[in-house]
Amino acid sequence: MSLADAFTAVFVSLGAFFFFAGWVGLVRFPDALSRLHALSKADNLGLGLVVIGLLPQASWPFGTLKLIALWLVAVLVGGASAQLLAGAIHAQAAETSTGGEPGRGTEAAPGANGNDKATS
Amino acid sequence: MTGFLLIAGVFILLTVLLGLVRVLRGPGDAERLMAVQLLGTGGVAALLLLGSAIDLTATTDLALLLALLAAFAAIAFVAGLGANPGAFTAARPVSAPSSHSNGDSPAGD
Amino acid sequence: MPDVSLPDPHWADLPLGFALLVLALWLTWTQRDRAAVIGFTGYGLLVAIAWVRLGSMDVALTEAALGGGLMGLLLLTAAARLGEETDQPAPGLPARLSIALLCLGVTLVLAAVVLGLPSPAPNLVAPVASHQAVTELGNPVAAVLIAFRAVDTMLESVVLALAVIVLWSFGADRAWGARPRALHLGPPSPALVFLGRLLPPAGLIVGVHLFWTGADHPGGPFQGGAVLAAMAALLWLARLGEPPRVSDGLTRLGIVVGPLLFLLIGLAGAVIADAFLDYPEALTKPLILLIEAAKTLSVAVALALLVAGPPELPGPMPPRQSGRAAKGVTP
Repeated sequence: MSLADAFTAVFVSLGAFFFFAGWVGLVRFPDALSRLHALSKADNLGLGLVVIGLLPQASWPFGTLKLIALWLVAVLVGGASAQLLAGAIHAQAAETSTGGEPGRGTEAAPGANGNDKATS
Repeated sequence: MTGFLLIAGVFILLTVLLGLVRVLRGPGDAERLMAVQLLGTGGVAALLLLGSAIDLTATTDLALLLALLAAFAAIAFVAGLGANPGAFTAARPVSAPSSHSNGDSPAGD
Repeated sequence: MPDVSLPDPHWADLPLGFALLVLALWLTWTQRDRAAVIGFTGYGLLVAIAWVRLGSMDVALTEAALGGGLMGLLLLTAAARLGEETDQPAPGLPARLSIALLCLGVTLVLAAVVLGLPSPAPNLVAPVASHQAVTELGNPVAAVLIAFRAVDTMLESVVLALAVIVLWSFGADRAWGARPRALHLGPPSPALVFLGRLLPPAGLIVGVHLFWTGADHPGGPFQGGAVLAAMAALLWLARLGEPPRVSDGLTRLGIVVGPLLFLLIGLAGAVIADAFLDYPEALTKPLILLIEAAKTLSVAVALALLVAGPPELPGPMPPRQSGRAAKGVTP
């Protein structure tokens, strides 16, 4: 096994571990924000480590650059969508705790319905 | 190396497939969305590993595409909440039902 | 470095197929719109991976480009507009029984057709492979789409233009000439604006790359155009731009330039080459690239406008959901 292959094996294994950890967190953690936290680990670290591990196997220069670009896009997208989701979870938690304002009860209910037990 | 990459890819794919129980069980839509996100990222990783293992360059393009569009489910979900008043407008004092204008300023054009 | 005799992990396809079936059953079972749409997005991801395993990269790319981006957006905005949990009465037993029977019949016919296919199925792989060199394209799918079955492809691009016309005709008379507003869904959150500023440049590159690489590798105008349309929709959602007015001449030109150019070059082929939609030999590759570039643009404009919705006047949206009768858009 060459040095490059050993490098790949180590980093891809680490990445796979973080995907596993992300799955465990998603299934086992008690509330929505903790689950989101676990998901971000898989998103950023898991994919990042797999990409690092695959770099020695990629063809220079375009294969390598494409992998790096992919990871940058994934970090950007993953971070932004986690923010979006966290905002939605927060807003719904605030809404269910205040019980919603009068006059909007029927409209607010559908938004909360999907997540009523998410923060319990 | 090929065998290792394939096994790693299949392992990641299996992991994120198991994450789909969150789609089935919820409890909330946020959880469902998280499981889909995890499936997307895991799918990207699995495709990269598969492509590297059997020398398919096109899988990298597909992985890139999935990574690029991964946020759209979350975007659409949050935007949909915004259209149902209550999500991001919670901090704003609301009195009349006419505030359903969903932030659309009449001078929008 | 072939060290393990494991060329292709066929055994790994079993869980993939199982997950597809479970998710499909759940999707038909669940009754909440938004949960179903989210699940459907995941289903699209699985289908794309399944297409890779079936060796159809072009289809996988199309599925990912449409299912991953625009489809979820379209369905979730539709669910948001309809309002969740409309408590419509469930259909009665006779209706449900007849639906079940109909579905069962369709399934049985499909199964009979699929199982009855001769093996190997009749195909035109050999003639395509022997004539592919004429088109100077490396991707056999592209060669079939743009040269051997060019009529089909041209008609398909016309269909997209017609779809936009149909959608626009849903707008109220008073709103004609206004902008589409289906993506005006509340004030955008800062994260969305951030993404709307950073992602479209990357998406532009990926979209053009998919179009360009489509000549020799999986990809093509449709996949590229779908990515570009998704980026436009993101810009509109983040309110960093507005969809064009439906009366805008340049937009209309953008919708039809693909089919129009295809048709013109095809007609010219009847004169300079041998037949309608035949390309003169020396110009085959450049003409194909020209058509595909125009088609990418048209697909992008048409798909983006389809997500943006019919023209609407500014102001409060028509009442949603509150009154069960108020389904139609009253001008």
